[in-house]
Amino acid sequence: MTDLILSNYNYWVYVVLIMIGFYGMMAKNNLMKKLIGMNIFQWSIILFYISIGAKKGGTIPVVDPSLHPAIRALDYVNPLPHVLMLTAIVVGVATTGIALTLLILIYRKYGTLEEDEILEALKK
Amino acid sequence: MMLHFPVLLVVVPLVMSFFIFVFGLFQRRICFPLTLVTLAACLLFAGGSFWTVLSTGQPVHYHLGAWAPPWGIEYVVDHLNGLVLVGLAIVALLAAIYAKTMVEREIPVAKHAPFYALYMLQATGLFGMTVTGDMFNLYVLLEIASFSAYALIGMGEGAAPFAAFRYMIFGTLGACAYLLGVGYLYIITGSLNMADLQQILTPLYQSQVVSVGFAFLLVGTGVKMAYFPVHTWLPDSYTLAPSSVSVLLAPLFTKVGAYVLIRILFTVFDPSFSTTLLPATQVLGWIAVAGILFSSIMALAQTDLKRMLCYLIVTEIGYIGIGVASGNRLGLTGSIFHILNDMFMMAGLFMTAGAIQAHFRTRKTDEFAGLHRKMPVTSAVLVIAGLSVIGVPPTCGFFSKWYLLLGTIQAEQWVFMGTLLLGSLLNAILFFRIFERSYFEPRPDPPHLGREPGTRFERAAMSELVPMILTAAFIILLGLFSGYIVQYSIAYAVPKGF
Amino acid sequence: MTDSALPLIAVLAPMIGAALILMTGTKRPNLREFWTILASVVQFAAVYGMIPQVIQGQTLKFTLVPLGSGVALELRVDPFGMIFALLASFLWIMVSVYSIGYMRSLKEHAQTRFYFCFAMALSGAAGVALSGNLLTLYMFYEILTVATFPLVAHKETPEALKAARKYLVYLLTGAVFVLFSIAATYYLTGSLDFVAGGFVAGHGSAELLRIIFAGFIIGFGTKAAIMPLHEWLPSAMVAPTPVSALLHAVAVVKAGVFCCLRVIFYVYGPKTLNDLNLWIVLAVVVSFTVIAANLFALTQDNLKRRLAFSTINNLAVIILGASLITFDSVRGALLHLPFHGFMKITLFMCAGSIYVATKKELISEMDGIGRQMPVTMAAFTVGAAGLVGIPPVCGFLSKWFLCLGALQAGEILFLFVFLASALLDAAYFFPIVFNAFFKTGRRNPGPVREAPFLVAAPLAVTALLSVIFFAFPDALLRFYSLGDLVVKSLFGGR
Repeated sequence: MTDLILSNYNYWVYVVLIMIGFYGMMAKNNLMKKLIGMNIFQWSIILFYISIGAKKGGTIPVVDPSLHPAIRALDYVNPLPHVLMLTAIVVGVATTGIALTLLILIYRKYGTLEEDEILEALKK
Repeated sequence: MMLHFPVLLVVVPLVMSFFIFVFGLFQRRICFPLTLVTLAACLLFAGGSFWTVLSTGQPVHYHLGAWAPPWGIEYVVDHLNGLVLVGLAIVALLAAIYAKTMVEREIPVAKHAPFYALYMLQATGLFGMTVTGDMFNLYVLLEIASFSAYALIGMGEGAAPFAAFRYMIFGTLGACAYLLGVGYLYIITGSLNMADLQQILTPLYQSQVVSVGFAFLLVGTGVKMAYFPVHTWLPDSYTLAPSSVSVLLAPLFTKVGAYVLIRILFTVFDPSFSTTLLPATQVLGWIAVAGILFSSIMALAQTDLKRMLCYLIVTEIGYIGIGVASGNRLGLTGSIFHILNDMFMMAGLFMTAGAIQAHFRTRKTDEFAGLHRKMPVTSAVLVIAGLSVIGVPPTCGFFSKWYLLLGTIQAEQWVFMGTLLLGSLLNAILFFRIFERSYFEPRPDPPHLGREPGTRFERAAMSELVPMILTAAFIILLGLFSGYIVQYSIAYAVPKGF
Repeated sequence: MTDSALPLIAVLAPMIGAALILMTGTKRPNLREFWTILASVVQFAAVYGMIPQVIQGQTLKFTLVPLGSGVALELRVDPFGMIFALLASFLWIMVSVYSIGYMRSLKEHAQTRFYFCFAMALSGAAGVALSGNLLTLYMFYEILTVATFPLVAHKETPEALKAARKYLVYLLTGAVFVLFSIAATYYLTGSLDFVAGGFVAGHGSAELLRIIFAGFIIGFGTKAAIMPLHEWLPSAMVAPTPVSALLHAVAVVKAGVFCCLRVIFYVYGPKTLNDLNLWIVLAVVVSFTVIAANLFALTQDNLKRRLAFSTINNLAVIILGASLITFDSVRGALLHLPFHGFMKITLFMCAGSIYVATKKELISEMDGIGRQMPVTMAAFTVGAAGLVGIPPVCGFLSKWFLCLGALQAGEILFLFVFLASALLDAAYFFPIVFNAFFKTGRRNPGPVREAPFLVAAPLAVTALLSVIFFAFPDALLRFYSLGDLVVKSLFGGR
């Protein structure tokens, strides 16, 4: 049992973080908190990807031709997830930017960021 | 030159969106012509690639940066996405022409340049999603399309920013689910290229990792294509979006999502995986039945034309789902053809809704009395597009329903078949109510024709009417030439296994 | 099979006419009416031009759009289709002249829309008549439904809108049943083309074939106003009389009957119907309509509604004759299809003529009107006599064959159904004629006040033709020879 948790701790971390983010997105009333939840959600997936690229005893994936004429993949951490996640981080940042803009617009219009108050205002 | 068409299809709009933004800061009037030229160029690229595919019978491959797959990113145009690309390009161009006067009416002058830039970004995302052959690249382009959609929708009236925000929360959930799915598949295969995945996954179908990845992929795609029950973001956001935006998004965004679903189910994964190994197509089919019935009834309950059309989108996506669920050649042919048809039908419908809102000053169907006299062309286009949704030959809607129907009969899925027929009937009630009101409301004309007293009635501009008429023409032409389209393109798009 | 452009012209001419009518609009009504007449004449000429070849046994075809995998949108002309095409196109000329007179006398509104939809409906009717397979038939059937909807709603009163809505609900629901049956047929047999004697035999289980047949009959039967799916027809009488005359006595409901017969003879065929015992079920169901419709007719005071129920009765008679699948019953049904059309249209045009001249709609108010409107009532008498089955009007011929056919089928019951139907016909037509001519005209005093020429002439022509057809059933439109060809192709000659 402990082995299940300990050897896969990266997965457990990401699962917990996703659930926290999900909870924030769904259950919170304040739009800003929803946004924070969404961010946590996105970053936890990024963490997940990066964690799967890690290797025991692997070093950073920069090749020094003088040291190693041949490359053994086992020595280097997998660079591909890092590259993919750079893109994903950019996407996350752009999304956050748009979200914040929308929040500013909403705040200007309704004077509040609480979802239930906005829904009340809309009903009228 | 023609070899580069697949990548130009994505690069040109991307670069142009930047240029439109910059030039637009100095000379606002240049935005629209630049948009038009870019989209026309994209039509050329899409048409050229599709033509190559049709004449050689082989897919067109493009390796980005000349890196061979599976290490490099690959763009592929084959029979399936070539057809979708051409449809996308034509509808995007028509939508842009239509948008000219709408933008002047709805968007503040200072925001025109950013608007058109976002428009181009959205087109980039849509084209890219369709043409890419790499799973992660699809995620990136999916997000590009999504957040330009959020921003474009946020430019609308009233509660639009709020609707856009809620859409964003939901949509990001979907995109992240998709990303997770890609992640799981990557863990077990080490590859992101679609064709490569197909090879590597085949012996791995028993693995739980693959099943979970598949499930995440489906959930993510389902959110993006507005599959019941994760469609809830659609009605609010598309209704409140400006007309120029909904004309671009409504026909195209969900259909590209549907295309992605078909790609995943039948190209990345072997068809037998979804039909026999996991009961995925069955589940999709039953959910689609619920979706069609639910959204048809919701559509009937609406008085706002645009909101009704939004629920109609969900119904149409449900039809595509049923075709996929039939799991046979006929059903899949119907789904693919329906993707193409629905682009034009929804384009026509949303164009008329926008024109009615702009000139007749109302979206409430209760107030449509006398519409056909003030806006005869718009009403005629509404009739043709409506008949296509109902499924009256010779409009294209009938022919895709025909294949879908045959597919359900072959699969002996009587409930699916009954739902298709019932859906047609409900759609008929929906539209004939509107036709009756716009053409036959008893005289004398009600004093309030939805306009503020004292305002002059403006007729719809040429730039609004011409795209509408072209869309209606396409709806009929696609129907008449459906045999050729199916025979020369879709027949090859359906995997050989069926 | 020979390729010919004539079927295309027959279907396209009204569509082009419709477009021209729309473009001409209300500004030049004479030009607009000219387009209607021209389109109807061209359509009739095209159909008439096909008679020689069809009589000789040739089949003419024109492929509209190939759709791959054994299906195409195709027009194919055989004797059966010719009967309906001739009927519809000839009567359209009559009704066009009549409409001009009627609409102008009453100064009706929205005349452009009226003529546009009329032309589109006739294009649909020609398409139904000349279609070569179930898919083409379905397409033109839908076009017919959509084109006639605005005609039913023409008056735009709440009553008219309600009737139009009911019309649509009934017909579209029927279309759904038909679509299911068409798809199932295609799935079972891989083909949708009409074949004399049917093509579904041997494909699929008996149960499935019965279900598909039921789907067809329910679907097409809605348009043919078989009870209990007939409700829409009496309500649709709220439309202007030219609409009721041509469409609801000739084109729309006849299209429904035509489609039923197409299914009976050219999809299933006499032998399959016999094997599956479907003919007796259909015959019994339809017999109920025959009798019940006539009973309802007795209770109606509104002339058009009474005529509507009479139509329902006659349509059921045609289907009954077809379902008995004997040589003479089928011949009788094939003759009754056009003959009833002529006679019924005469009656409807008379009803409209009376409305134009006197604004009267109720039979109880029509005492003595025969003296005021002799031409109209003479024509009415001819039509009524024919429907009852009294010589020298053509109705006698078709009823004669139908009774013969009932005897051949060996079921005396149906002979009684035919005779009882004729008796009831007399019971509700005779009083109208009697009251018009022989009751004192207290309610209708005064001199002869016949309807305008354009209104009275067409009905006189159709009445005259009804008499001519008795003596010469093959005159002008070759109905008898065409019917003969159909029967021979179904039963293998005698």
